Amino acid sequence: MDISFGDFMMQNLTEFWHLTGFYNATFKHFVMLAVGLFFIWLAIKKDFEPMLLVPIGFGMLIGNIPFNTEAGLEIGIYEEGSVLNILYNGVSAGWYPPLIFLGIGAMTDFSALIANPKLMLIGAAAQFGIFGAYMVALLLGFAPDQAGAIAIIGGADGPTAIFLSSKLAPNLMGAIAVSAYSYMALVPVIQPPIMRLLTTKKERVIKMRPARAVSQNEKIIFPIVGLLLTCFVVPSGIPLLGMLFFGNLLRECGVTTRLAKTASNALTDIVTILLGMTVGASTQASEFLTTETIGIFALGFMAFIIASTSGVLFVKLFNLFLPHDKKINPLIGNAGVSAVPMSARISNNLGLEYDPSNYLLMHAMGPNVAGVIGSAVAAGVLLGFLA
Amino acid sequence: MKKTILLAILAVCAMNVSAQGRRSLRINEVMVQNDSNYMDDYGRRSGWIELFNTNHAPLNISSVFITNNPATLNPDLSVKERKAMMYAVPLGDVLTKMPKRQHVVFWADGRPTLGTFHTNFVLEPGTENWIGVFDADGRTLIDSVTVPAFLAVNQSYARKADGVNLADGKELGAAAWEIRDDSPGKPVTPSSANKIRETNDKIEMFSEIDRNGFAMAIMAMGIVFTALLLLCLCFSAISRIGAAASSRNKAKTHGMSAKELTREERNDSGEAIAAIAMALHEHLDAHDRENTVLTINKVKRAYSPWNSKIYNMRHLPNQ
Repeated sequence: MDISFGDFMMQNLTEFWHLTGFYNATFKHFVMLAVGLFFIWLAIKKDFEPMLLVPIGFGMLIGNIPFNTEAGLEIGIYEEGSVLNILYNGVSAGWYPPLIFLGIGAMTDFSALIANPKLMLIGAAAQFGIFGAYMVALLLGFAPDQAGAIAIIGGADGPTAIFLSSKLAPNLMGAIAVSAYSYMALVPVIQPPIMRLLTTKKERVIKMRPARAVSQNEKIIFPIVGLLLTCFVVPSGIPLLGMLFFGNLLRECGVTTRLAKTASNALTDIVTILLGMTVGASTQASEFLTTETIGIFALGFMAFIIASTSGVLFVKLFNLFLPHDKKINPLIGNAGVSAVPMSARISNNLGLEYDPSNYLLMHAMGPNVAGVIGSAVAAGVLLGFLA
Repeated sequence: MKKTILLAILAVCAMNVSAQGRRSLRINEVMVQNDSNYMDDYGRRSGWIELFNTNHAPLNISSVFITNNPATLNPDLSVKERKAMMYAVPLGDVLTKMPKRQHVVFWADGRPTLGTFHTNFVLEPGTENWIGVFDADGRTLIDSVTVPAFLAVNQSYARKADGVNLADGKELGAAAWEIRDDSPGKPVTPSSANKIRETNDKIEMFSEIDRNGFAMAIMAMGIVFTALLLLCLCFSAISRIGAAASSRNKAKTHGMSAKELTREERNDSGEAIAAIAMALHEHLDAHDRENTVLTINKVKRAYSPWNSKIYNMRHLPNQ
């Protein structure tokens, strides 16, 4: 080799320099790193959904460290065979969300819903946020499949949003997932003004009758009947609804305590870590920082507002047909979006603000868990129509 | 006994899965005389049979039988006689694993020694050619087709759409097939889709007809409401049955009929339930598991260098 020792050193060091983050960094990378840091700050300092925002925020840091994508090092999340790509398969192939739903089912007590089944309709009404956003997305020029994937943000259900977007618009999934989780974290900021605006003082102090005690048998029947009824209507919801109700049966049947504990603790934690981190890492600057992303965030915000509004207004409408002693407090209408249990907690807090003896939490949990079922059904409908 | 039942159920399920997979195989397109069409790996042209996996999962077609001999339909033949008349797709070739909704072409050139995809029979021009695909047992007919005698050179007999045999739940039979001559709109498509999809029809339809999304909103909200309304009605009924049973039991303990119970007596308030629970707790002196219970049991923890205090502490604090 006709090369001097100095040139040899220089050549290798130059090549190495070209591989470093400093050489490959662009303005977009720094923007995304800042967004990641902001998410971590929100989670740690403001306590906004830390279980989700810490993995997503750190995932954004992982995914946005600049590197030479042409070097073929198999390190990027979109490079086939890389470790991150293998972990990302759970998101891209859509099998993390059903596992999360298994955990949600194993954690959720459906008693409030079983005791007062009419609250399920609030969960259905709040899904209008999804289809309202769908209409606006079409107006903005998105194709129907993309519009459907974006609109599901209105369901306020991260796993459902990831599941549907991985099927309908995989290229938009990162933005949709981050948007859905961001707004879920911001539920305490977004919902109260809407609830105050749409209700009168008199309505806010409506005291609801305490829910009756629900028997063990009813709790066991619920996931079985729930699965059969909802999935017969919308078979495309089977992955989400099947796992949700399966998890709930594990919890309620009383003979699979170990399985229910694993599903609701260890399994959910593992999948949440992987899901959050890979979703965060998938928001690579080159893919993420586009005008489409801004549109998705705007639509997601609007979907949340429509969903909360339609939930509250539906309760007010419903009250017109209910006898005086069975009126529903419209403050639980916002809980029809499925941000469990955050939106139910907001109903409770706002209720206590106007009447310190009016505890709405258990009543709000009814529409809240109905919202989970409703958003999974809505995702199934969109998948059935558009896939 | 329980284990036997469980194993039997699993075995039945496994058999169904296998049977369902095989049943999804379809004869999709056939060419009898090939003069200037598709060429095999040896640069030779011959008649071919295209199979299609209609499943949304991979399907291994090794040990499936292909034949052009209608005598194999005779139920009196033994399995051995039957198999002797057919071409068995060999075991052990990775290429026999068909990906979901994909095609594979078999050359009907009578030269099985050339490879897995070369059958031991040839198709006869000028006569009707019956072709059948049998399952691994050599007895179960998976799919068959009779290719008309008037099929010209380089024409293929193809399904109008891949694997489609039914319309509105009815068997289409010969109506599912058409003759293709490679003219515009009638392409001969060996090893590829018979009906080429450039766009998603559903999305195209929504883009054209439902531009503002109004129809989608009405339909989808209707479905969401229907699903949850069904659940609501069902659980209202179950709730009533549960409440009636509870009232009956309560009336029994009070020694009166269920109708005599007042509304308050029927539904225990949260306060009443809390009071009963507290009374039971006091009476039974029941403890939850508390982490402050004093015990002389040795606390055991699995050793790991990661949690060992020896490695975490300075051995000589004075330094």
